[in-house]
Amino acid sequence: MKTVIADNLIKTYNKGKVKALDGLSLDVEEGTVLSVLGPNGAGKTTTVRILATLLNPDSGSATVGGIDVIKNPEKVREIIGLSGQYAAVDETLTGWDNLVMFGRLYHLNKKAAIKRADELLERFSLTDSAKRPIKTYSGGMRRRLDLAASLIVQPKVLFLDEPTTGLDPRGRQEMWGVIEELVKGGVTLLLTTQYLEEADQLADEIIVIDHGKVIARGTSDALKKEVGGERLEVVVDQAHIAKTLEIVARVSGNKATLDEGLRRISAPVSTGSIALMEVLRSMDSEGIHALDVGLMRPSLDDVFMSLTGHAAEVEEVK
Amino acid sequence: MNAIADSIVITKRQLLQLARVPEVLIFSTIQPVMFVLLFRYVFGGSIETGQPGGYVQLLMPGIFVQTVAFTLAATASGLAEDMKKGLIDRFRSLPIARSALILGRTLGDSLLNIVVLAVMGIAGFVVGWRPSSGVFSIALGFLFLLFFGYALSWVGIYIGLSARDARVVQNVSFLVTFPLTFLSNAFAPTTGMPRPLQYVAEWNPVSTMVAACRQLFGLENEFGATAGSFPSENPLTMSLIYMAIIMIVFVPMSVKKYQNASN
Repeated sequence: MKTVIADNLIKTYNKGKVKALDGLSLDVEEGTVLSVLGPNGAGKTTTVRILATLLNPDSGSATVGGIDVIKNPEKVREIIGLSGQYAAVDETLTGWDNLVMFGRLYHLNKKAAIKRADELLERFSLTDSAKRPIKTYSGGMRRRLDLAASLIVQPKVLFLDEPTTGLDPRGRQEMWGVIEELVKGGVTLLLTTQYLEEADQLADEIIVIDHGKVIARGTSDALKKEVGGERLEVVVDQAHIAKTLEIVARVSGNKATLDEGLRRISAPVSTGSIALMEVLRSMDSEGIHALDVGLMRPSLDDVFMSLTGHAAEVEEVK
Repeated sequence: MNAIADSIVITKRQLLQLARVPEVLIFSTIQPVMFVLLFRYVFGGSIETGQPGGYVQLLMPGIFVQTVAFTLAATASGLAEDMKKGLIDRFRSLPIARSALILGRTLGDSLLNIVVLAVMGIAGFVVGWRPSSGVFSIALGFLFLLFFGYALSWVGIYIGLSARDARVVQNVSFLVTFPLTFLSNAFAPTTGMPRPLQYVAEWNPVSTMVAACRQLFGLENEFGATAGSFPSENPLTMSLIYMAIIMIVFVPMSVKKYQNASN
């Protein structure tokens, strides 16, 4: 069963001048994770805001849990949780205050709201800071609290809009751990991100969007294959560039490119470490010493380059 | 009614904020008290009044009205802050009545006004303010003030939701409230103003409110060029009409604005 369906959503801002969504469609199978991957301004936040009933599209339709988001927004709000790019909690209040307040707004009675707040604080390792104002929290703690606030009534569908943007690597790891736990619990999750790595880690399926349209869709593996898997890079002495270019091109079966300034030769490879070993062996038998060598995972830019032929344009659309 | 219960949760949130950051409450009461003292002792000596008990009798109603008029700015900046932090989005994604948040906020700001008015009343009493009407009239006067603040709170909601930046909200609010409070009879008799301004001051809702309060606190109102006009003769009725107009215009506008917030 499809728990989230969006069909041909169109949304423009500034009286039609800015096209945020240009016929976007997606669906999420019950109990799975869909990641919406795209650069700033691609339409990720607009999509989430429409599905979470905060915004009406100019045209198109969408359902969440079988309920129409435009006709029955109040019913949709009962089954969703939303956690946005900015930690939307009251900073002057403590973590505990916030969760109890949101519990009350989900119409739990006082006792139940307190019990739920305590549970969530425990689960997100925030018990020690429960009685401190949010102002004193780290970025990662705020995000966790924000996420906790969206889980008060065990939502059927959870929307996470760039849950790790702006977090340091440790905060990101912690957040991923928390999200993975949630997914195990069976929630249907739609997650937007700018990081391919994040989509890779968390999602069952990925859609890539650009300029308000879906430009690719598939599992992480399928998508990577389309992008050409990893990228092999090797740096050598000036004297060995020509020969190394030849080897890399032969092994990868792709055109090898040269960054002259860095003396770095690179090419997309689909066989990863096997290709790497083979290149090194061939170089060794030619007596070429590699100064630096590595396999790079494809970045969002690589995905965009390969799917659209242009780099991810960063444009801020509010 | 869930909508009412939800609003109360929001109001409680504001009270909790005051409990967590008591400085806010302290400073929002110190400021009007400071005004009372400054006006009483700086201008009090040089403004001639025919009133028994002196300038402070005229001043207190004026300063009460000014203080509740500033509720507009408080409501507006509180809401703008919530917008900026993304809290409005969160509230709008919850299964609660859409009016709950703004209703709760206007109620919370009115509760704060009760505290502020009480502290000011005491300060006024200390420096010589003695309302000469009965207990009932005085209570009615304060009720009037609270309602006026409440009505202006809805204007604040609209401004808070409309502005893109919290700093702009401060400026816009002051741009609205300062001319309103000073182009009035609040601190000095309008008789000294140029004649055309006297008419503006006379129809100014702040003036009718101040006149209404003076009447309720047992004072005679003085009018210059505008004596005999409707607002001068009927400040109570006129104030009620103004409050009704403000609410009728701004409640639906604010609710609509909230529903489409950040669209």
